[in-house]
Amino acid sequence: MRHTLAEKIIAGHVSREDGGTGVGGVNPGDLVEVAVDVVLSNDITAPIAMREFEKLGVDLVFDPGKVVMVADHFAPNKDIKSAEQCAMMRRFAQEQGLPHHFDVGKMGIEHVLLPEKGLVLPGDLVIGADSHTCTYGALGAFATGMGSTDIAVAMATGQIWMRVPETIRFVYTGALQPWVGGKDLILYTIGLIGVSGALYHAMEFAGPAIDALSMAGRFTMANMAIEAGAKAGLFEVDGLTTAYVEGRAKRDYHVLHGDPDAVYLQVVEIDASMIEPQVSLPHLPENARPVSEVGNVVIDQSVIGSCTNGRLEDLRVAAGILSGRQVHDGVRCIVIPGTQQVYLDALREGLIETFIEAGAVVSTPTCGPCLGGYMGILAAGERSVSTTNRNFRGRMGHPDSEVYLSGPAVAAASAVMGRIAHPEEVTR
Amino acid sequence: MTELRAVLAGRAWKYGDNIDTDAIIPARYLNMSTPEELAQHCMEDVDPGFAGAVRTGDIIVGGVNFGCGSSREHAPLAIKGAGVSCVIADSFARIFYRNAINVGLPILVCPAAAHDAANGDMLTVDLQAGQITNNRSGLVYQTAPFPPFIMKIIEAGGLVPYTRAKLGQGRA
Repeated sequence: MRHTLAEKIIAGHVSREDGGTGVGGVNPGDLVEVAVDVVLSNDITAPIAMREFEKLGVDLVFDPGKVVMVADHFAPNKDIKSAEQCAMMRRFAQEQGLPHHFDVGKMGIEHVLLPEKGLVLPGDLVIGADSHTCTYGALGAFATGMGSTDIAVAMATGQIWMRVPETIRFVYTGALQPWVGGKDLILYTIGLIGVSGALYHAMEFAGPAIDALSMAGRFTMANMAIEAGAKAGLFEVDGLTTAYVEGRAKRDYHVLHGDPDAVYLQVVEIDASMIEPQVSLPHLPENARPVSEVGNVVIDQSVIGSCTNGRLEDLRVAAGILSGRQVHDGVRCIVIPGTQQVYLDALREGLIETFIEAGAVVSTPTCGPCLGGYMGILAAGERSVSTTNRNFRGRMGHPDSEVYLSGPAVAAASAVMGRIAHPEEVTR
Repeated sequence: MTELRAVLAGRAWKYGDNIDTDAIIPARYLNMSTPEELAQHCMEDVDPGFAGAVRTGDIIVGGVNFGCGSSREHAPLAIKGAGVSCVIADSFARIFYRNAINVGLPILVCPAAAHDAANGDMLTVDLQAGQITNNRSGLVYQTAPFPPFIMKIIEAGGLVPYTRAKLGQGRA
């Protein structure tokens, strides 16, 4: 007893033949070898993983059904080198008989796609060669990003080593203000603790405001745990989680809960009713401010999408603001649905029509501009407001460009105003 | 792979806190994956002169949370490809820490040495002893030792040789 959700999931995955302390539960600081339920990679991290996999002297992956590959970062291929990387991944997936290789036409942004397809489930232990793998913590899974060599070893053996993290619990009370969502809560939280505030630890999100938060909002929050340095960001499973998973899961899963007397490194209480829509200023996610304190920041671009905010709920919020309005003359507004399903649902709901009529462009699902790949790169001196997760120097293009992080409401309102704006400035 | 017994020596390239993976290797170059190609763009957006001027053996010195951001293994590969012999910092982001160990790039956590070093200082690092010497000041710093399990991976030459050996034992 006295274990957090993260500790209990890890304890349930400690591989017996390698010892570890699994029987009585694991404790923070323990180094353990664990069995993984899903091993993920993408078109930029899989090529190195495949190269390292070959060096291991193993012919086949440990379980083709548990190895997932998604062409999303530079796909549809942005140039010849990207095409070569996707081709390499496609060949590997064919040779290994991977049922979950998602190519153009079926792919989406991996962290929107995997939950949608029911490939990650409550109680799972998931590793991915992408730092935002922590997104799946929204489902009550322990999910964390690693590098390509770790992923190669896990693809071969189904096992990986990890250090059991301490857990910091964040308890959000109060009702959210209008236009405030998961993105605002997590930007505020990172602003509070800093980009290394949860380094090596797990973050656990709880409290009445979290109970009332949609799954989309929870995915957004878990997604950005890494931006505070965390290994994972977790939520307890509740009725919303099981409703989300129902109809998607094609295998059994085990719902685990943290003990009521679990030992946390720290408990941080946050009055969420005080939180305004947030904006993180360049060049770190921790530079979070209430939008009303940002001042007059003229923008050239607004990006609405990504693994952080590319879900249907996010597009609904943006469309609600853009409906019947026009994107400002000086702004390029780029909307990127997270998956083909999100795209199709948005189309059927009329959201895509709203975006196009407002003067926004709608892109096929891709990570694209979030990491300065393509589909919205900034020139020197340009500024973008963006619903993505990182605003490091040069992240979206030229080293002298700037990225301001926000939720979809602020991004859409800013697109209309031509400067960073509170949604109420547009809608009132 | 760097021999554990090796004594490393090189000039310090000093950077600040939160050096992120986009700073170490911008994502626009992630359509490549060899250390040689990546090295040409290492640190490009924060220090455009680095790739042209870095010499084999040089040492990168960072502040807190070095390597934060993406999981891209391209970051330690770019640093290694540039000939950098090791990275010393106050602290490392966790994925970068794993990646560096896995690809055989020596990293040392030592806030005092990182703080005191100035750009261009000659540093000597004894990996086995975990000692960093600043040749300019003559000061010697002791680093925190790696946990025994991680030391096994380092001694094997990285995670791939470590796993190969383990898989071989399993079959025998």
